[in-house]
Amino acid sequence: MTLIAPRPARLRGTDLLLLGGSGLRTRPLRVVLSALGVAIGIAAMLAVLGISASSRADLDRTLAKLGTNLLTVSPGEGVFSGEPAALPAEAVPMIRRIGPVTSANAVGLLRQARVYRNDRIPAQQSGAIAVLAADLGLLDTVGGRVAAGAWLNPATADFPVTVLGATAAERLGVADAGAQVWLGGQWFTVAGILDPVPLARELDSAALVGGPVAASRLGYDGHPTTVYCQAAPDQVLAVRAVLAATANPADPLSARVSRPSDALAAQQATDRAFTALLLGLGAVALLVGGVGVANTMIISVLERRGEIGLRRALGATRPAVAVQFLIEALLLSGLGGVAGALLGAAVTATYATTQGWPVAVPVSALAAGLGVTVVVGVLAGLYPALRAARLSPTAALATQ
Amino acid sequence: MTAVLQLDGVTRTYPGGVTAIDGVDLTVDRGELVAVVGPSGSGKSTLLHLVGLLDRPTAGTVRVAGFDTGALRDRSLSALRARAIGFVFQQFHLAPGVRALDAVADGLLYTGVPRAARRARAAQTLRQVGLAERLTHRPHELSGGERQRVAIARALVKQPEVILADEPTGNLDSVSAAAVLDLLRQSHAAGTTVVVITHDQGIAQSLPRRVEMRDGRITRDTADRKAYAS
Repeated sequence: MTLIAPRPARLRGTDLLLLGGSGLRTRPLRVVLSALGVAIGIAAMLAVLGISASSRADLDRTLAKLGTNLLTVSPGEGVFSGEPAALPAEAVPMIRRIGPVTSANAVGLLRQARVYRNDRIPAQQSGAIAVLAADLGLLDTVGGRVAAGAWLNPATADFPVTVLGATAAERLGVADAGAQVWLGGQWFTVAGILDPVPLARELDSAALVGGPVAASRLGYDGHPTTVYCQAAPDQVLAVRAVLAATANPADPLSARVSRPSDALAAQQATDRAFTALLLGLGAVALLVGGVGVANTMIISVLERRGEIGLRRALGATRPAVAVQFLIEALLLSGLGGVAGALLGAAVTATYATTQGWPVAVPVSALAAGLGVTVVVGVLAGLYPALRAARLSPTAALATQ
Repeated sequence: MTAVLQLDGVTRTYPGGVTAIDGVDLTVDRGELVAVVGPSGSGKSTLLHLVGLLDRPTAGTVRVAGFDTGALRDRSLSALRARAIGFVFQQFHLAPGVRALDAVADGLLYTGVPRAARRARAAQTLRQVGLAERLTHRPHELSGGERQRVAIARALVKQPEVILADEPTGNLDSVSAAAVLDLLRQSHAAGTTVVVITHDQGIAQSLPRRVEMRDGRITRDTADRKAYAS
């Protein structure tokens, strides 16, 4: 008599899930603790990515608002002399004659002038505040705003009146317009205080005075030290190419042209290296979490030898036993992954909100995080699952 | 009569040289109720593992439900266990925290029966063994006798060819033990083949056929006409 060898029935998907979950249901504390390890790793990695993405989103928003069409020219150093070069006094009108340039305004650094809170402050405590002679159109060109008081106008530009950058006002202890400061050995009245200027940070720590008063009282020679110019957005590169030669035709190589929005973006790029480091730390946390899951699974297999023996007696094949424990490990790490993703998103949202950034949780990072938990679950569960499957049914039943 | 279990010259020697079963011939026909009795160490548990396909013999052939199991691979043995054999253990082997209904339904898990049907048949079988009121109870809420009845229901639920009970009353008081034996007799009366392994002569005497074992050999079989040397 020959009979066809019996074939084991295939377990259905829901049966497998219930089977994998059955081991977890009876040991909730252990499940929470070992899933926590994975959750912390995923949350750390996701928060790092989310915070850096949010910060980038904030930069993009800032750049969109400020525009990327601001260019600056400064004299730099003479190519042969190595000494500080100067831009000619006609640099600004020459630059304004470039077609796509929509506005150009300059500041001139008054090297001798210092500004103090009052006339009693020792001369060396100048607070590193630069005194700049500013063109009246400067504020519009750099996209600055007045926080208090008023900007310079043709009338006040002739008189001892100054407008302070945000940092300068703070250092001088000036909270409002109308105060007096001791500038270049004379009393100047503060006409206004500026908001921080993101694309021209150097103005934040400066005291700005009108060109005429700078010439009459502070010895300004009329040579600008930085020219700010805005170009038509689609012509920025073309303008940039001719800017140095236009600003200083006598010594074009010495003139330094830069685009402040590039500097902001570059700063972001250096932050990225730091992000990679933090991401690595998160990966280490995840690895430790994975080891925790593997450890829990090995203990689980040791404790449940009786159950393994029973299931073999009920007709479970070796692969069925292995799959049961593998799914248990996957559920364990998947639970941690979901909790970690929620936690990471919450951390990102909280941090970005406190910084005033838009919240950006990259979907690709979320998907990658959950994908990684699956890999962790398989790696952590494979060895314990195979061990459970290799157990001989009689030996498994004998232990109680 | 057709043989459900058939052992021919079966020997099982463990690594290290201990021979637990030595040249055993045994045939159990469909519908029988058999006691395998012997002192501990006589090889009766090894015999149960061999006919239950949890272990393979070193020599000889084991046939279960017509299959020559020596020719089958592990997955086929598992499938045969799933369909043909119901186990009842001395230690019940009920997972803590699992309701009686789910424990019994697990008896069908590896047979390919869908979940809803498993639960329906489990409920029906629990009613058969007199535990209609205990479907949602967990093991710690059940007495020892009730636990063993749940375990018997788990073995019965798939309507196996044979039930193999290893010291089913070993952990029970005499009243519960009698109830459990009654249940096994009822199953036999309903047509199931039952093999009970026990060291208790009293239990063995109450069953229609007795196979006595000592030192890995069968010393007496009440169904056999030929006389064993004792």
